[in-house]
Amino acid sequence: MPLGDKAGLKPAKPMREVFGEALLALVRENERVVVLDGDLSNTTKTLAVREAFPERFFNIGLAESNMVSIGAGLADCGFIPFITSMSGFLLTNGYDQLRLNIAIGGVNAKVVGSHGGITLGKDGPTAMAIEDLALVGGLPSFVILVPSDPATMHAAVRAMAAWEGPVYLRSSRVAMPHIYPMDACPFEIGKAIVAREGDDLTIVGCGIMVAAALDAAAMLADEGIEARVLDLHTLRPLDERALVAAARETGAIVTAEEHLLHGGMGSNVARIVAEHYPVPMRFVGLADTYTESGDPEDLLAKYGLTAEDIVLAAKEVVRAKRRR
Amino acid sequence: MSSDFKPMSVPELKEMAKIIRTDIIEMIHEAQSGHPGGSLSAADIVTALYFRMLRVDPENPGWPDRDRFILSKGHACPVWYAALAERGFFDKAHLRTLRKLGSILQGHADMKKTPGVDMTVGSLGQGICAGVGMALSGKLRGKDYHVWVVVGDGECQEGSVWEAAMAGNKWHLDNLTVIVDKNGIQNDWFVAEEMPVDPLNDKWRAFGWHVLEIDGHDMAQIVEALETALTIKGKPTCVIAHTVKGKGVSFMENVPAWHGKAPTTEQAEIALKEIKEAA
Ligand SMILES: Cc1ncc(C[n+]2csc(CCOP(=O)(O)OP(=O)(O)O)c2C)c(N)n1
Repeated sequence: MPLGDKAGLKPAKPMREVFGEALLALVRENERVVVLDGDLSNTTKTLAVREAFPERFFNIGLAESNMVSIGAGLADCGFIPFITSMSGFLLTNGYDQLRLNIAIGGVNAKVVGSHGGITLGKDGPTAMAIEDLALVGGLPSFVILVPSDPATMHAAVRAMAAWEGPVYLRSSRVAMPHIYPMDACPFEIGKAIVAREGDDLTIVGCGIMVAAALDAAAMLADEGIEARVLDLHTLRPLDERALVAAARETGAIVTAEEHLLHGGMGSNVARIVAEHYPVPMRFVGLADTYTESGDPEDLLAKYGLTAEDIVLAAKEVVRAKRRR
Repeated sequence: MSSDFKPMSVPELKEMAKIIRTDIIEMIHEAQSGHPGGSLSAADIVTALYFRMLRVDPENPGWPDRDRFILSKGHACPVWYAALAERGFFDKAHLRTLRKLGSILQGHADMKKTPGVDMTVGSLGQGICAGVGMALSGKLRGKDYHVWVVVGDGECQEGSVWEAAMAGNKWHLDNLTVIVDKNGIQNDWFVAEEMPVDPLNDKWRAFGWHVLEIDGHDMAQIVEALETALTIKGKPTCVIAHTVKGKGVSFMENVPAWHGKAPTTEQAEIALKEIKEAA
């Protein structure tokens, strides 16, 4: 079943293409924005900028660490650099530079990791970013954005340019269905979106797992369980109020992310919940493992990242809540 | 070492390279995903290594005294898998499972999954550094194995490649040979326009390496250079192999778009025919 089908969501084009369009629109509007890419413009889809604004596009080649520091230098001189590559190479190769040249100084640079998670599919584990959110989580001044649909991607790209300071955005190779209207997207950095109301439990998701959560909520509704779905598109700053409200009002939480459980979204949500309003929780994500090459849908199924996996976790957590 | 293997002559190697190219097209077509351009440009070099130069034992891939080979430009692993299969490291039937769920043949080579693969590759600029470590290890233990590494010319943009070059010079690693598959194209575009690396020969020389320059599709030249590399003492050797990305398939040759794209069934048929009918 296609992602978002059960929830009645409309299919969309691949997120990286949406990112390319959003970036092109931004470059057109804001002359301070420049784009850096590491020999992957046809992959990240910064190609659109490369073709339309060649003088504001810098292909650094295969030199990610150099690219990060060059971006920091441009930012220091007043430009707003969008530093892009596949996340699995950009954060890992450029980490020391991200830390020293951008994070510690709070430099106004924007970092975009394309092909987040395992849904890049056939290229396999060496190219997959299953730890990007944990890595950027280790850089305290970075805002962390994980859009869940085309509307939030457009809004996130605009918002990150307007934000003063370092921002990381996770883009994706695959499509995520439309969740919000393109012209009225309730996106604001640091404010989680209630994508569906419900009071039996809350499913907190980011990225592709928001659509999966909405599918899961539709399946749970068939069985009389009403799930709230919280779209946690910003992992830093965390929307503590929305999380605590979810804990208090629904009494059970499932988190779902296309990322390692270790150091990902769920562990950060758990910290807030444990501190302010402990309720039973379950975590959908990647256990301590690398995955493998394969079709995205097959990988999501094999490694436990489907709506069905969320449904199982939801039923368990609701049972745990009722036992209390 | 298995006894029935005899290092091949140049004419035999040429025939084997055609088989390797055939495997490459078939497996990428079957996977409908992968990197044909850089696999084909490295096909003659990898064939010469596996069917003439490398002292390896397909029956005993972990043989401690084996020569080491690392395809540092790991995205081109179809050429590596084809050579390993044809050399007997695993059944050829696996080639059809490339990039599929449960396969021993990952999109980028994985040392835990594929017999004969000694280092996981895929993030460019690292295999060569691991090669330095393997060569150092050989020196430390007084072993006479040789370490062979193939890098891309785009890959040579990574700073780590030059850090490895410095280290190879420092420790006089004459048991290490790096072959640059200089096909002039990277993922997005032509290397010379995207981020120039030339003059590569002078660069490697300045880093203290013995440099040889060859036509990377002329089997006699390849064999001569690789054999020469074994005789150079006191410093590592870099063979700059001038190659054509997509070599052997006319519509793929020198076209950046064929870096990471699978052929359609129709295109694969034309490609296989061209490879078969080539001189
Ligand atoms: C560190 C890193 N950055 C980006 C990539 C994605 N990528 C895979 S192949 C490639 C181009 C490689 O060019 P080159 O080394 O010249 O290889 P060839 O042309 O021989 O295929 C890129 C950018 C990668 N694998 N590793």
